[in-house]
Amino acid sequence: MSEEKADAPSATVLEAEEVSKRFAGVVALDGVSFALRPGEVHALVGENGAGKSTLIKVLTGVYQPDHGRILYRGDPVTFARPLDAQAAGISTIYQEVNLIPLLSVARNLFLGREPTNRLGLIDFRRMHRDARAVLERYGISVDVGRPLRELGLGVQQMVAIARAVSADHRVVFMDEPTSSLEPREVKRLFDVVDLLRRDGVAVVYVSHRLEEVFRLCDRVTVLRDGRLVHTGAVADISRLELVSRMLGRAVADVARARTRFNDRHTDKRSQAILRATDLTRRHVLDHVSVEARAGEVVGLAGLLGSGRSETAKAIYGAQALDGGTVEVQGSPLRLGSPRAALSAGLALIPEDRKAEGIIPSLSVRDNIVLAALPAMSRLGFVSERQQDAVVRPLIARLRIKASSPDQKVSELSGGNQQKVLLARVLCLEPRILILDDPTRGIDVGAKAEIQTLISELADQGMSMLLISSELEEVVEGSDAIVVLRDGAVVGRLGPEEVNQEAVMSLIASAGHQAEGPAPSGGTDAGANTHDGD
Amino acid sequence: MTTTTGDGDPASIAIADPDQAERAANRRERVAAVLQRAGAFVVLVVVTVLASLIFGTRFASVDNFRNILEASSFLGLVAVGMTFVIVGGGIDLSVGSLLALAAVLAAYGSQYGSLVAIALPLGVCGLIGLINGLLIARARMAAFIVTLATLLFARGMAFAVSNEGNTIFHVREDLAVTWLGQGSVAGLPVPIIIAGVALLLGWVVLTRTRYGIAVTAIGSSEDAARLMGLPIARVKTVMYLVSGLLAGLAGLLVAARSASGQSTIGVGFELQAIAAVVIGGTLLTGGFGSMAGTLAGVLLLNVINNVINQVGTLSSYFQQVVSGLFLVIVVLVQRYLSREQRL
Amino acid sequence: MTATDLTAGRRPMARADVADWLAERGVYVGLLLLIAFNLAFTPRFADADNIRLQFVQVVPVAIIALGMALVIGTKGIDLSVGSVMAISSALLALFLGYGPVVAIVIALVGGAAVGLLNGVLISYFGIQPIVATLALLVGGRGLALVIAQGRLTEVFDPVLATIGSDRLVGIPIVVLIAVGVAVVVAVLVTRTTFGRYVVAIGGNADASFLAGVPLRRTLLSVYVLSGVLAALAGIVQTARLSASDPSFVGNLIELSAITAVVVGGTPLSGGRVRILGTLAGAMLMQLIGATLISHNLPDSATRMVQAAIILGAVFIQRQRTQA
Repeated sequence: MSEEKADAPSATVLEAEEVSKRFAGVVALDGVSFALRPGEVHALVGENGAGKSTLIKVLTGVYQPDHGRILYRGDPVTFARPLDAQAAGISTIYQEVNLIPLLSVARNLFLGREPTNRLGLIDFRRMHRDARAVLERYGISVDVGRPLRELGLGVQQMVAIARAVSADHRVVFMDEPTSSLEPREVKRLFDVVDLLRRDGVAVVYVSHRLEEVFRLCDRVTVLRDGRLVHTGAVADISRLELVSRMLGRAVADVARARTRFNDRHTDKRSQAILRATDLTRRHVLDHVSVEARAGEVVGLAGLLGSGRSETAKAIYGAQALDGGTVEVQGSPLRLGSPRAALSAGLALIPEDRKAEGIIPSLSVRDNIVLAALPAMSRLGFVSERQQDAVVRPLIARLRIKASSPDQKVSELSGGNQQKVLLARVLCLEPRILILDDPTRGIDVGAKAEIQTLISELADQGMSMLLISSELEEVVEGSDAIVVLRDGAVVGRLGPEEVNQEAVMSLIASAGHQAEGPAPSGGTDAGANTHDGD
Repeated sequence: MTTTTGDGDPASIAIADPDQAERAANRRERVAAVLQRAGAFVVLVVVTVLASLIFGTRFASVDNFRNILEASSFLGLVAVGMTFVIVGGGIDLSVGSLLALAAVLAAYGSQYGSLVAIALPLGVCGLIGLINGLLIARARMAAFIVTLATLLFARGMAFAVSNEGNTIFHVREDLAVTWLGQGSVAGLPVPIIIAGVALLLGWVVLTRTRYGIAVTAIGSSEDAARLMGLPIARVKTVMYLVSGLLAGLAGLLVAARSASGQSTIGVGFELQAIAAVVIGGTLLTGGFGSMAGTLAGVLLLNVINNVINQVGTLSSYFQQVVSGLFLVIVVLVQRYLSREQRL
Repeated sequence: MTATDLTAGRRPMARADVADWLAERGVYVGLLLLIAFNLAFTPRFADADNIRLQFVQVVPVAIIALGMALVIGTKGIDLSVGSVMAISSALLALFLGYGPVVAIVIALVGGAAVGLLNGVLISYFGIQPIVATLALLVGGRGLALVIAQGRLTEVFDPVLATIGSDRLVGIPIVVLIAVGVAVVVAVLVTRTTFGRYVVAIGGNADASFLAGVPLRRTLLSVYVLSGVLAALAGIVQTARLSASDPSFVGNLIELSAITAVVVGGTPLSGGRVRILGTLAGAMLMQLIGATLISHNLPDSATRMVQAAIILGAVFIQRQRTQA
């Protein structure tokens, strides 16, 4: 595609050497090395908690590494603040466009460095002329005097890139830049990335869309649980291999007999207790349908950003929808209301424990009983003793390590906080439980306990939807699996078909073109082909 | 269950023509934007025309218009500073007390000559504004509570200087400083000219300088502005400093005009200033504002006040009710407009 | 985004600990020191009359601060309480002709109505609490002045006079009212579903929503309650002064109430409500004023000292939440 592209293992522009980072005892990065060459587009992939964000933040001066060092253009550097990294020529394009929507395109482009005249007033004519010139390089012609928000997200993203990449920039980090773009905007973004590559700029491209990795990137680095699991040319790896490295083991190991922490047979003749039909939300979900019978664990598999969490939230009423219905035991559920879901016997453990799960300022007891308060109160009055009659057995059963029910939940470890959330939904005795990545970021012991619990609950007849960043967990825990990609269902696996290889090949399979970006150079982005070199 | 890969295959999502929907939304957006910018002017013109028709020359006379403008000039000065603060995502509740403090200090200082009468109120009010700014921008304390506290402090200081409000200092009529309040140039009272200049300067700074754009950017999204490398703390500190200085200037003019400094004036003035700014189309949540709108808001409040006085049977307190009502309506309309504009 | 990222950027431990300790216990220590100082240096401080006076004077702020504590517990703020006091006082004077009970009920309903308006703007229209209640701060006092036609009205009514100045077993009735309110609010906070919802919303609104907490209904109730308590404070104040003066009653009381709450250890960032701390905070501010006055410092100095204490308390809270 271009001559400057790293054909030799030439000098690296930015490099992390054996970088480690811990937060409050949890390892986020464990001796990760990462080298970026000039003029390459380097994909950085991995699931939740893999350490992508942390690695980017360490490289851009948001965090300081605990161990290891950063080399920039061959010399060790320390970026104390993000602005230092920016000044050195490293810029970051965030997932959500971080510009000022009310200001004009030109003002956004030049914010903080506007051309001024002798009086110190902004020289609007020059600013607009320069803005047009800058944007023309990226093949964009818009009225630069219009407020940014009047333009599509794609153009906004271009403006963000144009702003970030001034003449002397050498490295650009792009964090899921296509997550909210239309297909034609994606195409334009790719052209811009190609342009940057030709200019010798190194691009780190974070994405969960395999099509994009294979179409656009030269090399790929896979992180998992804070460790480097793979780095190499995109041309040398197949989709299936890449998926297996992201989600679990090497392909060779996958084929072995599956072990299950959940081994039981559901009555196939029984009626579906949960039936979600045609859940649709523009750019997010596309006619997703899911069913679960009593005592059945249905896995929602897919990469991060595939719509698995959105499906879970949509069923629970916490995700706005354009269309679709949810039925619990045959009666329709009022959508958009977690309260309605809860009273229908549907409970959710959300993906983001800190932001959406625990109430940090409250005690373990108050956190556990929160959802069950209406049932546990008389005329609105609550009694601690009555609550403890429920809370203490749960603390014992789930082995929550807390000094007492009065301890603040923010003082507990991640695993114990997760158990508190489990206890919260168990108080409700739900018929259907949705678990979104229930073992994410917690220690091995707690993880095993939670997995055992899921199995026990299913044995008792509770239906579940299970999502996990680890394919192994979904495969071993589920009776059936619905595989999602780009917000749509790409396959369903029955009890006899559930195995990691089947899930991975569905995730890795190409197709579904309408949802992905259109092929750029007429080359079809087939499963294992790569239109680069 | 079988493997059905083809389940949701026709991936065309139910929206027929995204472009068309987009264009319609953009049209609505532009209408909303115009309404936001020009709403206060339209209401001002309507109220003025109606009042002229109803009250005739009792309302529509050169003298009455000059009165309205002169009454508007003090609020106008304070509102210029308030516009910056609100556009920058903050609030300054201390300005009413600062105005009283400045009036007292100016009258007190006039014993030592015009220079002291000018420098003392501006210096003290500027300092309090600076403290507001530092506590809000550097110590990151909530703006409303910091400025509420300095509201209390400044009022206390005004009382302390004036012997618990028992002493009313007078400005000697022969001092040059009285010209600021009582003089006129080409038939226009000086306070009007000063307020006009302040509004004009404020407009230039807000729309034509790096500083003004930085204020807008910070009010719109402080996080984004920080990532874009703007000096957040400095910009915010200057915002409150300017607001304090302008409140001080307004107090100085009040003292010069009435030739005295009273510690009890300006109670609730901050609320009028906020009302004027917000009625003028500036978003109370920050990130968007217009100095011309503030002018319209200030004039509108004073025209309404003038009309209420004309009616005679209405108690003058109606003005506060009208301000509050306006504020609720404008805030609700803004909320709707911002949704329409997808802010 | 790693879940653990949030713990990054920790400040030095010692500073946070000091701020923590001060925020939790500072109000009681301050109160004790102030009492000790007064016992030593202020003549007749320990007299029953003086003690009674201090308690009587703190009542309006204490009642309003209790409502404010709930509002701040949800991460909100209510700036309209002073105006509500004025409205309630004006309504009380206006409707006294229909008998004291009717007048009191109407005054309370007036407060509830303003609170309801605040609550609707905040929970249904999504207006920021500071903005919504600011609008009512502006308009509310004007409305009170319109109701009272801008005049001070003297209030002569035996029932109100009894409420305002009589005692029961040596304790002024207004103080008993405040104690009653405190007990009710304390029960609400510690013993009811509603109280849990208040602190849950303030602690993490998103998580509360997912846990099925009725956000809108709870917020609405909190602002209505704050309005009713402000109206009650207006009634108490009117009864005590035997006069309704809408231009002055409750002026700046929102500041005193917020200060009492913050000094009492309830963070402005929500998620906690401290009843005893709030009452102690109100008493602390009252005693500071009384001490300065009894040592011949003028009212103006009291205001300036209070302003400094408010800034100090919020500064300490801020250090603590940043840690």
